[in-house]
Amino acid sequence: MNGQTLIQKILASASGKENEGVAENEIVFVSPHMILSHDNSAAISKTFYKITGPNGKVWDPNRIFIALDHAVPAPNAVQADNQKLVRKFVQDQGIKNFYDGGTGICHQVLPEKGHVPPNIVILGSDSHTTTHGAFGAAGIPIGRTETASVWAIGQTWLKVPESFKITLDGDLPKNVYSKDIILEIIRQISAAGATYKSIEFYGSAVAKMSMSERMTLSNLSAEMGAKAGIFPVDNVTDKWNKQFGFKYDRISADEDAIYEKTINLDISNLTPRVARPHKVDNVVPVSDLPKTSIDVALIGTCTNGRLDDLKIAAEILKEKTIHPKVRMFVYPASREVLLQATKLGILENFIKAGAQINVPACGPFLGAYCCCISGGEKAISSANRNFKGRMGSKEDTGIFLASPATVAKSALAGFITSEDV
Amino acid sequence: MKLTSNKLWIFQDDDINTDVIFPGRYTYDPLTPEQMATHAMEDYNPNFAKEVSEGDIIIAGNNFGAGSSREQAVTCLKAAGVSCIIAKSFARIYYRNAINEALPLVISPECSNLILNKKDEYQNEQITVDFDNGLIKTKDSEFKFPKLDEQALKIFQAGGLVNYTKERLKEKI
Repeated sequence: MNGQTLIQKILASASGKENEGVAENEIVFVSPHMILSHDNSAAISKTFYKITGPNGKVWDPNRIFIALDHAVPAPNAVQADNQKLVRKFVQDQGIKNFYDGGTGICHQVLPEKGHVPPNIVILGSDSHTTTHGAFGAAGIPIGRTETASVWAIGQTWLKVPESFKITLDGDLPKNVYSKDIILEIIRQISAAGATYKSIEFYGSAVAKMSMSERMTLSNLSAEMGAKAGIFPVDNVTDKWNKQFGFKYDRISADEDAIYEKTINLDISNLTPRVARPHKVDNVVPVSDLPKTSIDVALIGTCTNGRLDDLKIAAEILKEKTIHPKVRMFVYPASREVLLQATKLGILENFIKAGAQINVPACGPFLGAYCCCISGGEKAISSANRNFKGRMGSKEDTGIFLASPATVAKSALAGFITSEDV
Repeated sequence: MKLTSNKLWIFQDDDINTDVIFPGRYTYDPLTPEQMATHAMEDYNPNFAKEVSEGDIIIAGNNFGAGSSREQAVTCLKAAGVSCIIAKSFARIYYRNAINEALPLVISPECSNLILNKKDEYQNEQITVDFDNGLIKTKDSEFKFPKLDEQALKIFQAGGLVNYTKERLKEKI
């Protein structure tokens, strides 16, 4: 057998085949270290009881993670009923890792609470479960019925994917961030270009990236169709893991592992990027965009709602006022981020600039709840998707995706810009 | 299993995402499959939900079902009567969700290309999809397509993952 990639090693371990290894395209049966879901747990619990009958018990209450993060606080009675159903399920089943509304976005809370050691498989009923690749885990998204099935029986089948190797070298120029790197990668690979593949990130630039910056890259790997986006464990990961006392061996891909595609990117000359409507791979340099007025500016989501993101945006807004025609919304990714941002005076900058601070959640970014835009309006956002209707209106004229810095500068200018105003 | 199409819905765009198939604004409403069907393709083709009927087949380009993992994007089309989707390729989670809900998806870049490029010519033609032999027949051509992997086929043949896992739980007892 050829040398093994990271995903091969992780899936071999999760399916009890450490010794023999697994081949690409082999079907393996995997039991996840943790399975994640959110508000959709209400619907999943109904499917679960359909499978098991009314007295069914989950396979392992310690390995189920639920965070209410999409429509919180509940905007109406329907959502409140939904969330009540989730709380009842959690209680009936004795689920240990439940985080109620306000704790934060599932992909932020899961690692923050110490549920993501390296080398393991996280399954999640959310497409951005790829985020957990930042910690050296395989975060693999699945759907609702499959989540219900895993709750019942503790495993699912996975096909061992082929891998892409992305190597990032150089130093990020001023005003350019990890979001710009991954938007450029998505432009090169395209929205479908990594479908079914596992991506591994390497290079001297990666070694300098914080866990938060890595999370942005792993998170947006989903927007190329990837099954996983993994950073091998290094000193930065070890340092993060110390707080949780995880015990693990560092694993790495074999030197003779085979990659279907190899991409090398020198980031030293990269400039700020923006994804234009209505596709995430519709990426250009911000400077190539014709003057584009905006109505809404958003900072947040599992992509870019962490402390460093808020800090960067707040520095730009400091002692300034956002453009009178722009509504700016800030969503810290978790209560912990909100707390730190409060302590550091970051929130004060936002508030004084005229931004609206919201409860840690992701809901507004899928048009399900809150901060929607109207027909004919445009938004600049630090989120992960710019699909039509994504912010609530099917007549929107565009959601543009960029780094928190570009969002903040645009909020000041009233149009999309990465230049200081 | 063999299907004959009623009407063909020919969607020429690549990357048709789950947000336009089933909009996010309804995702956390507890809807029945029939209610979901009334919103099918709402942000892509507002006439679809009104005009679709039992046995219709969707022909699409690359990466159909991109984006969110929301399973309603499969459920709503199945409940609307769509019997099969033929595309150049499907997004990964969408493909898995469809197996789990036993909605047949067919990957055939050749067939999709032909019909997408000659939309007017094929719009009112019938096609047949023969799953046992992995074969699509149009009025003038035939296309082979790969069958499901063994494990996916087991789930599909059980009528979806709910039934499949039910059976496996019984075996365990």
